[in-house]
Amino acid sequence: MSDAVLCFDAVTFGYRRDHPPILREVSFALHAGRVLAVVGPNGAGKTTLLAIALGWLRPWRGEVWLNGRPIRTYPRDARGRWLAIVPQSEHTPFDYTVLEYVLMGRAPHLPPLGIPGPEDYRIAMRALEQVGIAALADHAVPTLSGGERQLMLLARALAQQPKVLLLDEPTAHLDLHNKVRLIEIVRALRAQGLAVMMTNHEPEVVLAVADDVLLMAAGQPALSGPAEQVFTEAALRRIYQLPIRLVEIDGRRHAIWT
Amino acid sequence: MLRAALAQDARRARLLWALLAGLIALFAVSILVGRYPQPGVLPWWRLAEDDLALRLVFNLRIPRLLAALLLGMTLSAAGLVLQSLFGNPLVEPGFLGVSQGAAFGAAFAIVFLSSTALVTQASAAAFALAGLGLSYALARRLRFGGWVLRLVLAGIAVSALFSAGVGLLKYIADPLTQLPEITFWLLGSLASITWPRLLNALPAVLAGLTILLLLRWRLNVLSLSEQTAFSLGSAPGRERLVLIVAAVVPTAAMIAISGLVGWIGLIVPHIARRIFNADTRFGMPAAILIGGIFTVACDNAARTLLAGEIPLGILTSLLGALIFLGLMMAQQIRARP
Repeated sequence: MSDAVLCFDAVTFGYRRDHPPILREVSFALHAGRVLAVVGPNGAGKTTLLAIALGWLRPWRGEVWLNGRPIRTYPRDARGRWLAIVPQSEHTPFDYTVLEYVLMGRAPHLPPLGIPGPEDYRIAMRALEQVGIAALADHAVPTLSGGERQLMLLARALAQQPKVLLLDEPTAHLDLHNKVRLIEIVRALRAQGLAVMMTNHEPEVVLAVADDVLLMAAGQPALSGPAEQVFTEAALRRIYQLPIRLVEIDGRRHAIWT
Repeated sequence: MLRAALAQDARRARLLWALLAGLIALFAVSILVGRYPQPGVLPWWRLAEDDLALRLVFNLRIPRLLAALLLGMTLSAAGLVLQSLFGNPLVEPGFLGVSQGAAFGAAFAIVFLSSTALVTQASAAAFALAGLGLSYALARRLRFGGWVLRLVLAGIAVSALFSAGVGLLKYIADPLTQLPEITFWLLGSLASITWPRLLNALPAVLAGLTILLLLRWRLNVLSLSEQTAFSLGSAPGRERLVLIVAAVVPTAAMIAISGLVGWIGLIVPHIARRIFNADTRFGMPAAILIGGIFTVACDNAARTLLAGEIPLGILTSLLGALIFLGLMMAQQIRARP
């Protein structure tokens, strides 16, 4: 496992010191060219986990390693070139165009006083093409639908040209068509050698793209490993406390509950 | 699509140059506009013949015009910065305790200290900065809400404290001599500008505007949520503090010599955003240029329309409110095609 780009080593974290921690001794590794799905019920700490992976929240104990170096030692712009996050949603108070918004993904590649140049525009445009909303480039962000906005945030993350991509519920606002497209985009990124870590509620999406799975539930130790070993009926029943079955339809596995 | 976007940027850049040319032309004409020897435009050749006209232009009109220009530029740039950082289009540059702090400082100097213009200016500047410092220190201690909300709440509390102080000072001020002076200061005016008073404010203003212009694109990133700005490789806390100081310190310096001139810092960023869209790379220079034009034009009216001086704050409020209403009623410029 020497090719891990992002590695959690016994990370313990909570928001309040006088409460028990939310994450307790979480360890796992994220590899280049693989997709890790973080699965668990609401409130299990999935989004918190992404914020720690980003370096935004500091663990109480334990260490997060990015390419063999503790993430807290990275200069901020270098960290921005390594890691990009796609949040679930984002508040935009002013009428930026989609292209202007995606261009902000170039910030870690520019000096603090820098202004994006033609090459940055090309990269931003290519990112929009990659997620399939290039036609919306000159639209105002507030006029986009929730799903289009989520794809735009993904394009901004791609404009950062990161090596590790963190996705927070990337399919939450997407219709079926866009969901399939997102799965294809994630597969393409994996083929390019990116390491992708995503939280997800939808077993279908997890089954379709995840190579590795991290199962989380409040008050239980996190469990990680290859998807076929970890993402099992027994594990799902345990964390969701529902009679879940994994069934195979036309050669693809689905989760159903009875 | 890419070509269209680049063409639009080029168009916006050309528009900025046009605004700059307009500002220079307005400034040149304004030097000759006034009430000497009679209301209207002073013929330029009289400057060569009439010694009084020459002295009037160099000692009174030019420092005053420069003050109007810098006041408009500073308030507009600061307004754009604070509106962007706070994600709130209703924020104005003095709301972090700066305007009310300056008002208290000026009233305090008028009532208790020798009320020369220079003392009033120094006292107003000192209390304006104290207002900013107090708001910031208070925001760090509040245990409620996020960073933005805490700063807003602290600013409101500090402003309320100072405005209570202003009320008290007005109450105890001599109603025949001191009270009119306080009232006049609160309405804002550039009537008493001199070269030394302007030069006192100049370093802070030039430094602040330079920093804001250099960070004009970065401001976009810092206007996003704190975590997003962080993920884009910035240090949001530190960089935002730089922007706030670069916006508010020059504001304090200018308010100290002009009094409270309302609405410029609120309205001009809106106009700039309407014409140039949200991207502050263009919005910042646009706000600076439009603010200069708006304030120089208002001050021209303030000093020439009537034989007596009209307080500048009255005109900027009147025109600002009218433009604001017009903007709000005009239809959305960018709708989804």
